[in-house]
Amino acid sequence: MPVIAPLDIDGFVVEASFLGDVAAFASGEGSVFFAGGPETQTPVHKNGLLCATPTQDGKALVTGGGDGRICKISADGSVEELAVQPRKWIDIIATGPQDSVAFASGRTAWVRLKTGELKEFQLQRAFAGLTFAPKGMRLAAARYDGVTLFWVNAAGDPQELSWKGAHSGICYSPDGKYLVTTMQENALHGWRLADSQDMRMTGYPGKVKSVSWSVKNKYLATSGAQAAILWPFMGKSGPMGQAPLELGVRADSMVSVVSCHPTEDMLAIGYQDGMVMAVRFHDNAEVVLRRPGAGPVSALAWDKKGNRLAFGTEEGAAGVITLVD
Amino acid sequence: MSEAADSRIPVTVLTGYLGAGKTTLLNRILSENHGTRYAVIVNEFGEIGIDNDLLVESDEEVYEMNNGCICCTVRGDLIRTVENLMKRKGAFDAIIVETTGVADPAPVAQTFFMDDDVRAAAKLDAVVAVVDARHVQQRLKDTEEAEDQIAFSDVILLNKTDLVSAEELAGVEAAIRKINPYAKIHHTERCQIAINDVLDRGAFELERILDLDPEFLKKAEHAHDHECGPDCDHDHDHGHHHHGHDHKHDHSHPDHECGPDCDHDHGQEDTHSVKSFSFTAGDLNANVFFDWINQVTQIQGPNILRMKGILSFKDDPQRYVVQGIHMIVEGDHQRDWKEDEKRESRIVFIGRELDGAALKTAFEACVAE
Repeated sequence: MPVIAPLDIDGFVVEASFLGDVAAFASGEGSVFFAGGPETQTPVHKNGLLCATPTQDGKALVTGGGDGRICKISADGSVEELAVQPRKWIDIIATGPQDSVAFASGRTAWVRLKTGELKEFQLQRAFAGLTFAPKGMRLAAARYDGVTLFWVNAAGDPQELSWKGAHSGICYSPDGKYLVTTMQENALHGWRLADSQDMRMTGYPGKVKSVSWSVKNKYLATSGAQAAILWPFMGKSGPMGQAPLELGVRADSMVSVVSCHPTEDMLAIGYQDGMVMAVRFHDNAEVVLRRPGAGPVSALAWDKKGNRLAFGTEEGAAGVITLVD
Repeated sequence: MSEAADSRIPVTVLTGYLGAGKTTLLNRILSENHGTRYAVIVNEFGEIGIDNDLLVESDEEVYEMNNGCICCTVRGDLIRTVENLMKRKGAFDAIIVETTGVADPAPVAQTFFMDDDVRAAAKLDAVVAVVDARHVQQRLKDTEEAEDQIAFSDVILLNKTDLVSAEELAGVEAAIRKINPYAKIHHTERCQIAINDVLDRGAFELERILDLDPEFLKKAEHAHDHECGPDCDHDHDHGHHHHGHDHKHDHSHPDHECGPDCDHDHGQEDTHSVKSFSFTAGDLNANVFFDWINQVTQIQGPNILRMKGILSFKDDPQRYVVQGIHMIVEGDHQRDWKEDEKRESRIVFIGRELDGAALKTAFEACVAE
């Protein structure tokens, strides 16, 4: 049976992440909470914490806040200010290779290199999502009517990928072959980068806000329906013409967060009513990991080995679930 | 609306032309000691003198939701800002959105109806326009935005009244009433107004459509009665002076007292394309009505700025209230008709280039057999 070590957070859990063995929870009120480390809590942002994501080496959490600061928080509770844009709300953040961090506010995005140097990028319309390409220093930005790909260090015009509508979240497939955005309408859009082929993934009753790639790039798991929807990306043409998997179907709640297991074909699903469930791909076997309560699940993260799952909800419930065979 | 025990955050939208006094009003609201904590979304920090943790600068990002229909424009930046604010739910009680002087208020209002997440978290309380008594007539001549802002409003602060004469003020108020006979108008100097008259109005709550202002539809009827047509026998010769902006009209009229609801052309050239129409009828056939209102808002949506109505459906013991912005229509049963209450159906349209006669005929065709 899974065992839950609960934790009370004084706010909306914006992000959960394992920094080594320590689970870190970023609270919308501005602090980062820890489970299993030397510190239990460290204040970071004054006017709310709006976004957080782990660094690529998994050792620290990078956060952006309403105070315009971008901070790096380590498992020992130490806080390093990476940059500050006075009076801006930093609500989009992405981490890249070589300790680089990208963040945006309105129509401007910045990349902070390891050296501390800031590179600035502009768009005509607001930045809505940022991600780094898996290889090379390339920054992809979701925006209205498509995506813009910037070279961070090299000169050269940015590449534009167009698709009408408002794109918000953005991610690359781990193999770098596909770029997928979540949209304002209830749909995903994808591009096969080799030939810019468009891929439309629709049929959701709600907005897709959470996506996660399964191990070996096989599936893209998504929220936005009463089941987790997993689009197959094994074939050459991605999910086109194929039916997605539907896992963890519920009659009475929507999926709010998904997180694929790091080594197995298994998915952790968080629901609007607070339930957390793990589901195996091949036989749809379900295990309830947390009963409903304390608001929609807003964050889920596996540790590196996939033995423990950190979760958090909009109403400040959080914890670490240990799965015991 | 059926979202029970509404815990959604109320949102007030402030519109008004540059220099009308929006910032003054905002500073007044923020500095007054009323115990309410506001998150304020502004286009630029400008002269907001108050240090507020939850003062957010947000570039207006208007975009189309579906298939490029102009009726379905929303403010993308607002969707995001509201989502971000919801990560600090406990830190504030209400939201104020200040728009730029030239902004069309429709996308702002529509954001609170069209985006599911925003709609779940926040509810539009009222659109408040600050109008400069001295310059608004000129603005109305120059621009469509000024007209839209007035047409869209639930509350209008007719500001800087100390800078105009009583006659000018009456003329300005008449011009506003001509565009929007239903908004509450307050005369102010330097935006001095009781905060309760601006905030927490519930103007978009279906239940309060009437309760908010019992005169709301009566005024409409009254104004409509006075709408001057081609065969109107009023004396329209108020003197068409054309000497600059110094309109010192003689409003003394032998047989008619001009009040705030007066609909006459007071010597201004009638450049307003926004008009309001109000109709009444008896019990309606619900099916016929819904077919019609859906159709009329689909076809004429771009021209309909606001629509409100209280309806009596045949064999239905309850009053039905309906409201709309462009193509968005929502309605619900409100309460039982009272015994001493006259059952009738009333509807109001404010819009641009609407065919009042056609709307009237179509509305009356909804009457139950």
